[in-house]
Amino acid sequence: MDGTRPSASMSVAETVDKDMGGAKRPPFRFRWNWLGVMPFLLFAGALLILPTIVLGARSLAGADGSTTLDNYRSLATPVVIDSFRLSIKISLITALVGGIFGFLLAWSMVLGGLPKPVRSLLSTFSGVASNFAGVPLAAAFIATVGRVGLFTILLKAAGFDMYKAGFDLYSFIGISVVYLYFQFPLMVLVITPSIEGLKEEWREASENLGASTYQYWRYIALPVLMPSILGAMILLFGNAFGAHATAFALTGGNLRLATILIGQQISGDVLQNPGLGYAVAMGMVAVMAVSIGIYSILQRRSERWLA
Amino acid sequence: MTIAGQSGSLTGHGATGGAGKPTGPTPVPPQRSLIRRLWPWLIVALGVVYFVTPLLGTIRLSLRHNKGTWEAWRLILGNEQMWPAFGQSIVNGLATIVVSLVIIVPTAYWVALKMPRLRPFIEFITLLPFVIPGVVLVLALIRLYSAPPLLLTSTYNSTRIVMICAYAALSFPYMYRSVDNGLRSIDVRSLTEAAQSLGAGWPTIVTKVIFPNIRLAILSGALLTFAIVLGELTIALYMAQRTLAPFMADIVRNKPFEAAALTLIAFSVTWLALGMISYVTNRAGRRT
Repeated sequence: MDGTRPSASMSVAETVDKDMGGAKRPPFRFRWNWLGVMPFLLFAGALLILPTIVLGARSLAGADGSTTLDNYRSLATPVVIDSFRLSIKISLITALVGGIFGFLLAWSMVLGGLPKPVRSLLSTFSGVASNFAGVPLAAAFIATVGRVGLFTILLKAAGFDMYKAGFDLYSFIGISVVYLYFQFPLMVLVITPSIEGLKEEWREASENLGASTYQYWRYIALPVLMPSILGAMILLFGNAFGAHATAFALTGGNLRLATILIGQQISGDVLQNPGLGYAVAMGMVAVMAVSIGIYSILQRRSERWLA
Repeated sequence: MTIAGQSGSLTGHGATGGAGKPTGPTPVPPQRSLIRRLWPWLIVALGVVYFVTPLLGTIRLSLRHNKGTWEAWRLILGNEQMWPAFGQSIVNGLATIVVSLVIIVPTAYWVALKMPRLRPFIEFITLLPFVIPGVVLVLALIRLYSAPPLLLTSTYNSTRIVMICAYAALSFPYMYRSVDNGLRSIDVRSLTEAAQSLGAGWPTIVTKVIFPNIRLAILSGALLTFAIVLGELTIALYMAQRTLAPFMADIVRNKPFEAAALTLIAFSVTWLALGMISYVTNRAGRRT
């Protein structure tokens, strides 16, 4: 593991580590130390890293076993493109709508002068709801906006038929409504600390200089918050993009998201090309890695002001 | 969560990080106009309606079975497959917590004590489950471990063990964060030196000194892990495990009224576990 080399030399340089005796016998000591994290590294290696590497290797293997990019070229087939397009569309919409509404809710909670019990109840609720996905969520929405659901029937009694107006729970719009249930609470959780980080002094200073509330938000608060807001929305995007269980429970696989496609590939090679399946999976990992990466960069940027 | 492709996975850090932070009361300037004060309430009301309506819808549907009000509940509680599935999921959840703790607590402790510079690297690895969607992970695990020479998934129980280990890996983001937060709030070095000077060995230090001191911090990670495992569908489905979520997915497709009742049962268990987290974090916050 050559990754240890820089860290060992650095720790020798560190004054902090000197009193641990690190400077006396560095080579022996750090090898011993690495032993302590070996169980963790082996476990994560066996269950997260190695499987992904093997997946990547197989995505580069052609039918005859040679190394090739053919599988990645085949990503341009309609089935794959459509599934990615649908996944991205749903993720974008729910990240945007969930992000905006979640931000408004967080703003109301932090700066809206709500009583403390209401605030803590809402933040508990957000913590719970943002983790609430999968089969129960699907069932709850079938019972609510399905054909005989509570909301559908109430609207019908009021003279409006959602399903005649084009709504369908098992379609793009339906899935989006369901995903929002965990998307906007997640936004609340992620963005609340940033809004709390806005300093009272900035508002006072801008008021003393004669700025209106609009000007304060337009020129001070929003620019400071923007990296956090964008970062949080990208996090929401990844969150929806990787979701499988909710869509599966809702549509049984009829609506072909990228995750659903991979699921079908596990049970029955619907693409008729295992290698292509691996390439699709690696494509998902790439999208997730990029969005998480951008999220953490923006997060670090926003900490400059809001830490 | 993305454990399982479910989305919640990304959220754990919010739940544990955000809730614990004490926030001072925000004073309301008295000169605010009525409209400006009503705005927040309107948004909150909208949010609450969106939160609550699906619950009401589910309660209603669970009571609408055409053979009587409580028929759906009677049928689901009397379902022969439901209790074994529930039991398996609970055992899986507990086993996952144990595996996750056995890996994470000593590692986080060791890193905090001996290799603080390694912390970002370890944290990066624990965050990998966010990058690998559950459905991709299960595809990779099956292709790797079902094939010769390993064949770890040849029987139901060996597959179950692989699945529990995968769950433990998926719990790393939450577990590591909880444990690490706990370790930051205590003086790891002094506690270790005190224990060593009294003649304690490493196993004793970790189990008798460190662990009791970060119990509360661990609890929130453990509860979240439990809730996630209990509802996990994707991995269990493709590993052909007879746990709660695949059973539920089946019911949802075929028996809407019973599905509503079962959903409410699963709801309450999950919400109980997750609701306890904020109770625990509040208590932990008050103590330190």
